[in-house]
Amino acid sequence: MDQPIGGRRSPLNVNWKHLLSPTGNTGDAVFRGLLFISALLMVLIVGAMILALAAKSMPSIRQFGFHFLTSSEWNPVKNEFGALPFIYGTIVSSLIALVISVPLSLGIAIFLVEQAPRQLARPVTFLIELLAAIPSVVYGLWGIFVLAPFLRIHVEPPLQHWLGWLPLFKGPITGIGLLTGGIILAIMVTPIISAVVRDVLAAVPGSQREAALALGATKWETTRVVLVNGAPGIAGAVILGLGRAIGETMAVTMVIGNRAHISASLFESSYTIASVIANEFTEATQDLYLSALVELGLILFLVTFVVNAIARVLVWNVTRKMSGVGNA
Amino acid sequence: MPTPTLTTRIAVPERAGVSHSVATGASTKIAVRNLNFYYGKTQALHDVSLEIPERIVMAFIGPSGCGKSTLLRTLNRMNDVIPGTRVEGQVLMDGVDIYQPGTDVVDLRRKVGMVFQKSNPFPKTIFDNVAYGLRINRLTASKSELAERVEQALNDAALWSEVKDRLHTSALSLSGGQQQRLCIARALAVRPEVVLMDEPASALDPIATSKIEELIVDLKQRYTIVIVTHNMQQAARVSDTTAFFLLGKLIEVNSTEKMFTNPSEKLTEDYITGRFG
Repeated sequence: MDQPIGGRRSPLNVNWKHLLSPTGNTGDAVFRGLLFISALLMVLIVGAMILALAAKSMPSIRQFGFHFLTSSEWNPVKNEFGALPFIYGTIVSSLIALVISVPLSLGIAIFLVEQAPRQLARPVTFLIELLAAIPSVVYGLWGIFVLAPFLRIHVEPPLQHWLGWLPLFKGPITGIGLLTGGIILAIMVTPIISAVVRDVLAAVPGSQREAALALGATKWETTRVVLVNGAPGIAGAVILGLGRAIGETMAVTMVIGNRAHISASLFESSYTIASVIANEFTEATQDLYLSALVELGLILFLVTFVVNAIARVLVWNVTRKMSGVGNA
Repeated sequence: MPTPTLTTRIAVPERAGVSHSVATGASTKIAVRNLNFYYGKTQALHDVSLEIPERIVMAFIGPSGCGKSTLLRTLNRMNDVIPGTRVEGQVLMDGVDIYQPGTDVVDLRRKVGMVFQKSNPFPKTIFDNVAYGLRINRLTASKSELAERVEQALNDAALWSEVKDRLHTSALSLSGGQQQRLCIARALAVRPEVVLMDEPASALDPIATSKIEELIVDLKQRYTIVIVTHNMQQAARVSDTTAFFLLGKLIEVNSTEKMFTNPSEKLTEDYITGRFG
């Protein structure tokens, strides 16, 4: 055990000990120090990553400047690098994923929280969480061997037949392309979005449901009140899913076609930022090529960073408000 | 709690099948007949029979866990949403059993409004809170009628003058007492026939409480009000008749005046004089 700080110690000693531990307990001081180092390490790693990405992408930034973001030319042989097709592919595949996944996830979450009996809700929740744990390369394999042929034979032809006048559904039917990538992403982000939405809805106080019911609200009208309560948290969940979709690499790479190319058609091959980095960094022998890939990484990092930050703030706001409600 | 006397005493008021009623001259709005209520295997109400006359304030008093809130929530079938609950017996509203199959529960709850212990405004504007019941039940034909009904409800809840200049700000910006009156306005807006209040002032300070109490006395001109309260002074101040519950049984129902001056049952007297509970 440690002695309390006494006047007989040297001033230097007292100061140092006091800084580490105001209570004068060595065990606490060591514990506090370890925790502080762990936390600091994470901050340092993030900082170091940004710095490294920025430093390595300097040649490309100097060479192409803002033009990097607007050019669709990606020709390593001619040392021409433009990120637009990858940005386009990333955004469109992620948006397809959200369009499919958000209504599905809302349905799942509402069912689990508002409708399902507890004996059913528990196994279903477990299965959904299991989906989130499947490695993305497995999704990719399934995408190539099951989803792509299925879309090619049963989904894309009727889409083109009925809606072919839309530019979205023109073009060759291969089963590989933006649509397939978006659907794979939708399946992958649904567990995340539905799990977060479920937590958000479950956090809505029962008194809100009772208030609606007591006014003669039907089950659906009551659910709408719950959704209004959870709206900011639901937005957060969606953005969290978006962040995941933007950064997902393996599964999308396997089904999106990997061609740097912008087309309005969802049947056409495309390319995402994450995919091009994964596919091409081994071949990037020239400095400029490598630097262009790193700059793509920097863009991806910043985008997901911002998206996640927004999601966190929204979810955090709603959960904080729920626990603080009723401060009469 | 004096358990030995309790068991012997409880045997006295168990007059199965006989309704406790108070001669007030008013017609019966709600009649509870031999009601048993179960949470799973736990029986929360034992053979309760009670008549609630029209346009009076009836108070339910009794110690925590005596079943008074449970009984209140059977009157608009609010207990239906709790899994594993079961009801036996009848609750007649205007002579019709609200537990008979085919009852429109949504319509019932529109006729039997409820105010909860903790104010629970929606995270919407003041106006939208009061308009909610009118909108979902499609009770108004035009925007101007909706605005009229909202104003009237806020007036009835003695809140209009305080909020008329900020109807379109969030209801959550109101004080606790104002929020509770807003919830009362929201319940009144759909013009229910009965208003159930589950300890509506228990979370409020004395000034806000006295406002709610004045309001309750005003409202009985037009509504039948059933109020659950822990506060016996409150029951004495606002109610015309009082029902005393203990361990899921109705011990006594009487005019409030008689109840607090000369109760018929020894248990009631013991509770009111603070010997237990």
